[in-house]
Amino acid sequence: MHRETLKALSAQLAARKLSSVEVTTHFLDRIERAQSVLNAFITVDREKSLAQAKAADARLAKGDAAPLTGIPVAHKDLFCAKGWRTTAGSKILSNFIAPYDAHVIEQFDRAGAVLLGKANMDEFAMGSSCENSAYGCVRNPWDTNAVPGGSSGGSAAAVAARLAPAATATDTGGSIRQPASFTGVSGLRPTYGRVSRYGMVAFASSLDQGGCIAKTAEDLAMVLDVMASYDERDSTCLDHPKDDYVGSLGRGVKGLRIGLPKEYFTKDVARDVIDPILAAVEQYKKLGATVVDVSLPNQKLSVPVYYVIAPAEASSNLSRFDGVRYGHRAEKYSDLMDLYQKSRAEGFGAEAKRRIMIGTYVLSHGYYDAYYLQAQKIRRLIARDFIEAFKQCDVIMGPAAPTVAYDLGAKVTDPVQMYLDDLYTIPINLAGLPGMSIPCGFGNKGRPVGLQIVGNYFDEARMLAVAHAFQQATDWHEKEPPSPLGEGRGEGR
Amino acid sequence: MRADWEVVIGLETHAQLTTASKIFSGASTAFGAPPNTQASAVDIALPGTLPVLNKGAVERAIRFGLAVGGTIAQRCVFARKNYFYPDLPKGYQISQYEQPVVAGGTLSFLLDGAVKTVRLTRAHLEEDAGKLLHEAVPGSSGVDLNRAGTPLLEIVTEPDMRSAAEAVAYAKALHALVRWIGICDGNMQEGSFRCDANVSVRKPGGALGTRCEIKNLNSFRFLEKAIEYEIRRQVEVIEDGGKIVQETRLYDPDRDETRSMRSKEDAHDYRYFPDPDLLPLAIDRAWIDRVGGAMTALPDALRGRYISQLGLSLYDAMLLTESREKAAFFDEVMKADVQAKIAANWVNGEVSALLNDAGLEFDRSPVSGGQLSRILQLIADGTLSGKGAKEVLREVARGDSATGDVDEIVASKNLKQISDGGAIEAAVDQVMAANPKLVEDYRSGKEKAFNALVGQVMKATQGKANPAQVNAALKKKLG
Repeated sequence: MHRETLKALSAQLAARKLSSVEVTTHFLDRIERAQSVLNAFITVDREKSLAQAKAADARLAKGDAAPLTGIPVAHKDLFCAKGWRTTAGSKILSNFIAPYDAHVIEQFDRAGAVLLGKANMDEFAMGSSCENSAYGCVRNPWDTNAVPGGSSGGSAAAVAARLAPAATATDTGGSIRQPASFTGVSGLRPTYGRVSRYGMVAFASSLDQGGCIAKTAEDLAMVLDVMASYDERDSTCLDHPKDDYVGSLGRGVKGLRIGLPKEYFTKDVARDVIDPILAAVEQYKKLGATVVDVSLPNQKLSVPVYYVIAPAEASSNLSRFDGVRYGHRAEKYSDLMDLYQKSRAEGFGAEAKRRIMIGTYVLSHGYYDAYYLQAQKIRRLIARDFIEAFKQCDVIMGPAAPTVAYDLGAKVTDPVQMYLDDLYTIPINLAGLPGMSIPCGFGNKGRPVGLQIVGNYFDEARMLAVAHAFQQATDWHEKEPPSPLGEGRGEGR
Repeated sequence: MRADWEVVIGLETHAQLTTASKIFSGASTAFGAPPNTQASAVDIALPGTLPVLNKGAVERAIRFGLAVGGTIAQRCVFARKNYFYPDLPKGYQISQYEQPVVAGGTLSFLLDGAVKTVRLTRAHLEEDAGKLLHEAVPGSSGVDLNRAGTPLLEIVTEPDMRSAAEAVAYAKALHALVRWIGICDGNMQEGSFRCDANVSVRKPGGALGTRCEIKNLNSFRFLEKAIEYEIRRQVEVIEDGGKIVQETRLYDPDRDETRSMRSKEDAHDYRYFPDPDLLPLAIDRAWIDRVGGAMTALPDALRGRYISQLGLSLYDAMLLTESREKAAFFDEVMKADVQAKIAANWVNGEVSALLNDAGLEFDRSPVSGGQLSRILQLIADGTLSGKGAKEVLREVARGDSATGDVDEIVASKNLKQISDGGAIEAAVDQVMAANPKLVEDYRSGKEKAFNALVGQVMKATQGKANPAQVNAALKKKLG
């Protein structure tokens, strides 16, 4: 059952061949058994999930079901869900039970989907390896010695290990695309403003965007259809008409112009990553697409720009975690300042502290112009590069990461090296563009490689169709990692 | 204090805007609710919550900009002011920094009979903080976030004021204006209108001295006393050879002194930056026109009309436009056929004094504009003397009369002026007969005796005789 796509499960639920309780129980069992190996979840609540599943079954019985009714979906633990502990991967929110639903959660509720559990993640979505979670690191189902990528590593690992048919995730600097690439699943970060940020714990407000991870582009289309909705509670959410993502999947790629930025195909990207990507491009050519060379000359500036803007916003966004109203408060303190210092020192992990300090520094009096303002100016140049490139092509393709998944612990001690790896995903966030990663092969040690597809603003329907065309012609997305449940290997590759 | 010190004052005023809900959330702004009952998820800064701008607050800022002749920004930006305090749930206050909603403008008012004009630097929108409750929870401090997120307009002046009295006159004029245009209820006890004063002293014509900021003055009296104390303190420090340290000070009304709160060295680095949760706010001409079109006549416009159409002096016009209620009262009086100058004198004089004694504003006046205009007409046609008219005014104000009809009150209280020639002549004859010595004195050239005789006639008529007629009759009979 867990091998089925979301689309297939949806059809079986609608035909009443399966009940939501059966499906939900099946996935909950798998989560439970895989947890000690993968640690993909922070919170699971069987009772709550099954209550939702029962309600979904009643709705299915009445015949007023939506495509996602009864489908269990894992949510990154960054989305507030009423009555659910919502930790953002941080100790500082270890006791925080959200009293309200994020807009995204409301959307899934309305669709009748079941909340399967809260997926593990890097603390406050800060990280690229899921090693920054206060709830322990997540392991890559393809090789438990490898990281699953981050920050949505729990969501990606859950889908890859078939612990959930789909999962929500968020992408501030690549947190959907890079883990999707590392775990061999499909991930979509929509255009900034496409999905409401209301109820999503903020990391860097101008870059954060909710999205999803699933096995196929077709499943992503179904999930995006639920998530994408205008919400007046998020002032940066754009009231832009939603496309028919599912209905557009069959558009094909004949005549599609694929832009290949030369900056994405350099010696800095490992050979075992470049090769499958070039093979994928060849596949697209076979399907009728053409290739154009494009350039993103300011791409190289995106890492320093990102690591000024994102920490600046984060340092301010994380100020509310002060131990006064909710969340972790130090047990003993002598005065107000001591309460703040101890609660925050105990509550935040090393990476969150590092970014708070960087952000505080770049916003300080006398440094603001040199860092923050300058970064904002370059950010505009980076966005302009894409606008220019999209005059010559319909989508841009390249790697989502310069290597396949690396070993756990390999880069923990060198945060700058980890930051530099984000070079291929970050420019898209700075420009506010939509991006995807779909599986396109395997590199060293049999670890997956993802093909990044970047679209123009609000061009998610086209991107999904482009990904779908590839998945119709290839079977990389069907490759399954060894089972984490100790029941013998899965299909493997 | 030696006379050769010049005082320089600038004010920052926080006016709480009259919107029903908060500036970035849907929670109510009503005053006095039990703690934390008007604090929404956004106000207590739950993770994941986001601000949504209340357009009503912007509209009120536009009204203010129009009223002071400032420039309303086509594009303004909300910025985060970052600091930690338990009354600030997000750890930052959403305010405006480099691009405020209103720039420039002026405010004019009367000071010692002369018109003064203070230049405004800017007015910007921001959210208020919550309140710490130190007594509510035994052994610890509580936080009430009802006020958190209440919309404020911070109105900043240039350092244009030269005395505590001038600062108070400005603050009163501003207080009247924000109420006039309906953007603030002006309730100072509830903190809806509070001032910070920046005070420095210098030798006339010299460079500006180092300033101190006195925070949170929520009455005109405290504003005046705090500034006066601060001036004395600064002059003393300098004259004793010391230096003023730039700092923030608090006024203690119980001890009538200001005390240092924090010096510049301890000042926060607020790390202002544009709030990425809010888009830059665009204000187009059409919006400004719509707001302007719905506004009642502004004080400036009324003053212009009083001067050009009614022939009043600027001084009278300024006084009449001290508040919208007062101007409306005057307009009501002027609906009848009365002389503008006389009406202005009565509104600014007798009626103002009457209300002042009763602690009332013009909108609660016990005498209506219509009643006053009738009184003025009765003076004009000789029915009432000036003195009698004042008595009628007091009678009307007392409100004993069921109908409030001025003519009826004049008749029932027998306040009518005696203008009947025969009656006056009879009284004159009687007084002359009873005071032969005065008559003798007058006829022998003692002019003073004439006034004494007038007084006797007025006394005999209980003050009701028409003085002009008494004068004329006496003159005729004395020869």
